[in-house]
Amino acid sequence: MSAGVLRIFPPEMVVRRPHRMIERHIAVYRRQWLIVVSGFFEPLFYLLSMRAGLGSLVGAVSVGGKQVPYDAFVAPALMAASAMNGAIFDSTGNVLHRLKYARIYDAALATPMGPADVAMGEIGWALIRGQIYAIGFLVVMAALGLTNSWWCLMALPICALIGLCFASIGFAGTTFMRGWSDMDIVNTLMMPLFLFSATFFPIAAYGSWAWVVQISPLYHGVALVRAANEGVWSAGLLGHTLFLVVLSVAALVLAARRVDTLLRK
Amino acid sequence: MSEPLIRAHHLVKKFGDFTAVDGIDVEVQPGEAFGFLGPNGAGKSSTMRMISCVSKPTDGTLRIFGLDPVTDGPKIRARIGVVPQLDTLDTELSVQENLWIYGRFFDLSRAECRRRTTELLDFAQLTERAESVVDDLSGGMKRRLSIARSLINEPSLLLLDEPTTGLDPQARHVLWDRLYRLKQQGVTLVLTTHYMDEAEQLCDRLVVMDQGRIVAEGSPRSLIEQYATREVLELRFAAGTNDQFADQLHGLGSRQEALPDRVLVYADDGEAALQEVHQRGMRPESALVRRASLEDVFLLLTGRTLAD
Ligand SMILES: Nc1ncnc2c1ncn2[C@@H]1O[C@H](COP(=O)(O)OP(=O)(O)OP(=O)(O)O)[C@@H](O)[C@H]1O
Ligand SMILES: [Mg+2]
Repeated sequence: MSAGVLRIFPPEMVVRRPHRMIERHIAVYRRQWLIVVSGFFEPLFYLLSMRAGLGSLVGAVSVGGKQVPYDAFVAPALMAASAMNGAIFDSTGNVLHRLKYARIYDAALATPMGPADVAMGEIGWALIRGQIYAIGFLVVMAALGLTNSWWCLMALPICALIGLCFASIGFAGTTFMRGWSDMDIVNTLMMPLFLFSATFFPIAAYGSWAWVVQISPLYHGVALVRAANEGVWSAGLLGHTLFLVVLSVAALVLAARRVDTLLRK
Repeated sequence: MSEPLIRAHHLVKKFGDFTAVDGIDVEVQPGEAFGFLGPNGAGKSSTMRMISCVSKPTDGTLRIFGLDPVTDGPKIRARIGVVPQLDTLDTELSVQENLWIYGRFFDLSRAECRRRTTELLDFAQLTERAESVVDDLSGGMKRRLSIARSLINEPSLLLLDEPTTGLDPQARHVLWDRLYRLKQQGVTLVLTTHYMDEAEQLCDRLVVMDQGRIVAEGSPRSLIEQYATREVLELRFAAGTNDQFADQLHGLGSRQEALPDRVLVYADDGEAALQEVHQRGMRPESALVRRASLEDVFLLLTGRTLAD
């Protein structure tokens, strides 16, 4: 291999065995499965309260030209948010602990595992966690009669993409944290992200501030899940997908590089 | 001579402007037990981390098994065992899980991981603690687990950074015995230590490092012959007077060294030197003639005792 190729694609940055990291987490969480399950309830409670309260006050909302009741409008957004929550929970606090305090990655990097394996494994695990919440949420939605057609199953791969995106961003961001106090930044960012990603009202309601909403990855995720649930597909959805894919890849590469510079100095 | 297992040429490690390893040349042959000695901050761990392929050399060339860590890091790490200076055990896993999850990082099959875990628990005398949480182990037990874990992939090169620091004397002797057996099986050992007896016991060859450079190299015996005299006379005077007696000792033996608690006189014939001390009218509180050790070499070369 020439030096030029090596620089673009360094051998330590090849992903070979990220699933080993996931195996380690399964061994840990076998004893702590309750913690995993608990994260699922927050968006569920939102859904139930929306259905009981707001849903009866607010009328139908338009999705892709189709009129849908308010709870069916909000539910896909909450599903997207639950995928985001699962991914963010695991890729920030837990990663900070393993990176700085438990030093799990130092041990892994002394084996054939490389920085890209570590980053990819952690992001994969966070994605799985997000996916578990999304599946649980979809089941509840179906039980409440909020799903529209079999197209709603497409919401799962979409939530995987949302999970991937937030897990990568979460992990990459966490590598820059100095300590536990920086975790407050995550909480501060998550709240507006959750509230203002066209989750509770259509983007048209934001008026001239719509462009801000469009920066939010969750907004693009919500748009996709909503379309899947209603089974209304349009070319515009490609743009949402592309936004999430590009952001995920960029954050993934940054994450692996950060593990390399932080732990292999 | 066969191709060396480790070949470092002009190896440099810098952290920002600070040079931790300053152009060292090292060759380790297969089957050898090789030691790095040196005071705190000499650059031993930095060197070990480069050899472990977890830290990138700033300059120079490094080959392990003839391979370049920059391009073949994962391949090299698959064949080495690493015991870092500070334990990196997984505190969220039990003792036995620490072993077999680590084995999975090396792509060992589940059955193989189980088999080796059982063997290594026995090796580390931790079979009874297999289900314990790591945090509940004593410091020495953690160290033993770290060492056991480093053997999960049956490495042909074992890198041990201060393996016995924190172990009680009995555990140290057990570990020396285990390391000696590994060596007899053909495992190449590279270790750092602050214990001269450990270096003398285990190492065929060693280097003394100071401020990032190698200041001496050889077998323990040859280093003692080269740098120290055959015997050492240790004198203790009343507290606080060592310095003033150092003057009166001038010319005695081949060299004198005043330490805070005692004065050392390097002489091939220690008894003769002691007689001379008495003839000069000095009355030390205690006097001891002993063979020179690696510790003396260390002191001569780095100007520091190991306690520093
Ligand atoms: N990650 C790092 N960043 C900055 N400086 C470092 C880093 N690691 C080591 N150093 C510095 O490099 C020098 C050599 O450190 P090293 O750990 O290699 O010494 P050592 O010989 O292992 O010492 P000890 O016997 O105390 O373990 C020290 O001055 C240390 O402060
Ligand atoms: Mg050290």
